[in-house]
Amino acid sequence: MSDELVPVVPGENPPPSTFGAGGTPTRATSGEPAGTLLGFAKGFGLTFGTMFKHVYTQQYPFDVYATQPRYHGRHVLNRHPDGLEKCVGCELCAWACPADAIYVEGGDNTDEERYSPGERYGKVYQINYLRCIFCGLCIEACPTRSLTMSNQYELALDNRQELIYTKEQLMAPLLPGMEAPPHPMRLGDDDKAYYTVESQAPLQQGEAQSTANVAGVPITGNAHQVGGLHSPDKNFGRQG
Amino acid sequence: MSVLASGAQNLPGFGDQPIWIILIKVLAVFVFLVVMTLFAIVFERKVVGRMQNRIGPNRTGPWGVLQSLADGMKLAFKEEIIPVLADKPVYWLAPVLSAVPAFLAFSVIPFGPVVSLFGHHTALQLTDLPVGVLVVFACSALGVYGIILAGWASGSTYPLLGGLRSAAQVISYEIAMGLSMVAVFLFSGTMSTSQIVYSQYHTWNVFPLFVSFVIYAIAVVGETNRAPFDLPEAESELVGGFHTEYSSMKFALFFLAEYINMVTVSALATTLFLGGWRAPWLFVDIFGDGVNEGWWPMLWFTGKVIFALFIFVWLRGTLPRLRYDQFMHFGWKILIPINLVWILAVTSIHVLRDNGWEAWQATALPLAIVLLVVVVPALMVWEGNSARRQAALLEEEQAAAAIPPTFPLPPMNLVVPKTKPLTPAAVVTPVELEKSE
Repeated sequence: MSDELVPVVPGENPPPSTFGAGGTPTRATSGEPAGTLLGFAKGFGLTFGTMFKHVYTQQYPFDVYATQPRYHGRHVLNRHPDGLEKCVGCELCAWACPADAIYVEGGDNTDEERYSPGERYGKVYQINYLRCIFCGLCIEACPTRSLTMSNQYELALDNRQELIYTKEQLMAPLLPGMEAPPHPMRLGDDDKAYYTVESQAPLQQGEAQSTANVAGVPITGNAHQVGGLHSPDKNFGRQG
Repeated sequence: MSVLASGAQNLPGFGDQPIWIILIKVLAVFVFLVVMTLFAIVFERKVVGRMQNRIGPNRTGPWGVLQSLADGMKLAFKEEIIPVLADKPVYWLAPVLSAVPAFLAFSVIPFGPVVSLFGHHTALQLTDLPVGVLVVFACSALGVYGIILAGWASGSTYPLLGGLRSAAQVISYEIAMGLSMVAVFLFSGTMSTSQIVYSQYHTWNVFPLFVSFVIYAIAVVGETNRAPFDLPEAESELVGGFHTEYSSMKFALFFLAEYINMVTVSALATTLFLGGWRAPWLFVDIFGDGVNEGWWPMLWFTGKVIFALFIFVWLRGTLPRLRYDQFMHFGWKILIPINLVWILAVTSIHVLRDNGWEAWQATALPLAIVLLVVVVPALMVWEGNSARRQAALLEEEQAAAAIPPTFPLPPMNLVVPKTKPLTPAAVVTPVELEKSE
């Protein structure tokens, strides 16, 4: 059927629908036994039957469920294979953020004190998780793929101050072969050598950058332990 | 009380009890009601939870059974806030006026037959009157004072409106409730609760008086302000009706009164229609008449009350709340007329049988007359009305469909795909996490 809306002639039943077959179910013609004894029986039977059906309650702090692989969780600031930071302090993430949750201050790299390849690095990097709405626009804005999101969702604290995550908390952990900055560029002497496929190889081969960033793996933190405290008889995986 | 005191008017087994037995019974009734309230709240939350694919409270005690006890303790320690404009004495009196009649009403409910209690033979019932059921009725009417005074004394507009609505609702449905009892009185020939139970020796009243039972069951839901007739309180729409300005123990008293009323009307339904403390015939057939003697009837009575409570919960889990005009329409224009016609039929049957008619003739003639003169014309009118409404609705919808929508609509026949229920992943322990790191 064409995209034009066809006026329906009253009396034609069912009215031809432009969107999918069958048309809109109407109250008068839907065939639901509303208001009859059968309707009553159906309704009461439904609630009665539901009592014996599967319960969807998740025992969350005790059973931890895996998220979907691309769940928007806590952010991670990634590193190059030699340990230098990918963040160049451009503030595009802060500009993209609709909730004004990100604060960035850039700093200049020098040959003596180098944090990232190139001229600039993120000197101060803060994400306020009281404001963050986990929309992921910062991830889209990041030009260096420095900022990504993990699956960690346990971000509830009783303290506003601690919910402003600083750069130290957001940086991906150092993996084997990485070295804590500041240090010179190890993958190549200049930009062209540093960013080749070969020099960036350890990351391109599918190695996880950090366990904080592995898709679908639930990361349990505080809530798991707090939850465990509620039932001292069950030792939820905690040793001793 | 003078009626009770004069020995001639006393019902068998209720005049000559020593005071300590009366005290034991008072305590027992009080404890029964408080425990039933605690039970009913957890029961309701658990059952409604199951009806909504949830598990309900499960934190306090085994399976969450201590939840309402914990809630009650919490409520007792809450700060008491009294509005500045409140009329203090009335404000204080209202919850008491609500809770005391609720307890009082239970004094005439029979838990069982005559038993031996520390060497004394006494009925498992605090007291009884020749007009026992009217005591329950009077107590529920007194409870309305608590509601309306609470609304008035709060010194606030919304509680006042809520109180008026609650009172209007309770009074309206009391009429239907009272009329449905009339048929029981006619049938049993007595208003004493214990005698009504004895009169159900052969058949429970629910079978010959099914219409009365259904009307009673509907009316008491309105009477106790329970879903789907909980419009004065309407948790999801209003804050709480007449008890909005109440907190701490005073609020707890209203809450207690509401649940005790629920237990009371369930117990009254048991007494009037479901054979009281009598065991279901299945048990009588299997185990003999012994199940109706001694302390066993307590079990049947409690079981029937819990069954009635389950119906309350089931209603709440199934039906959406009515609009106020629909609610009043239903009470005054449907329940009361049906009740009156039904009482007329029951009375006619009785008169004809007293005049020596055969049982089937005495039953068939009034029912046939009622059917022909009242029910059939009423159904015809109703059918005509609903057909007209249906036609109007169809016309309206076709007219609406003739106007093309000005915005794109999604396909209206989408089928929701079936999803698998989530299963818990292997619990990731800190130890495993360390390994994977």
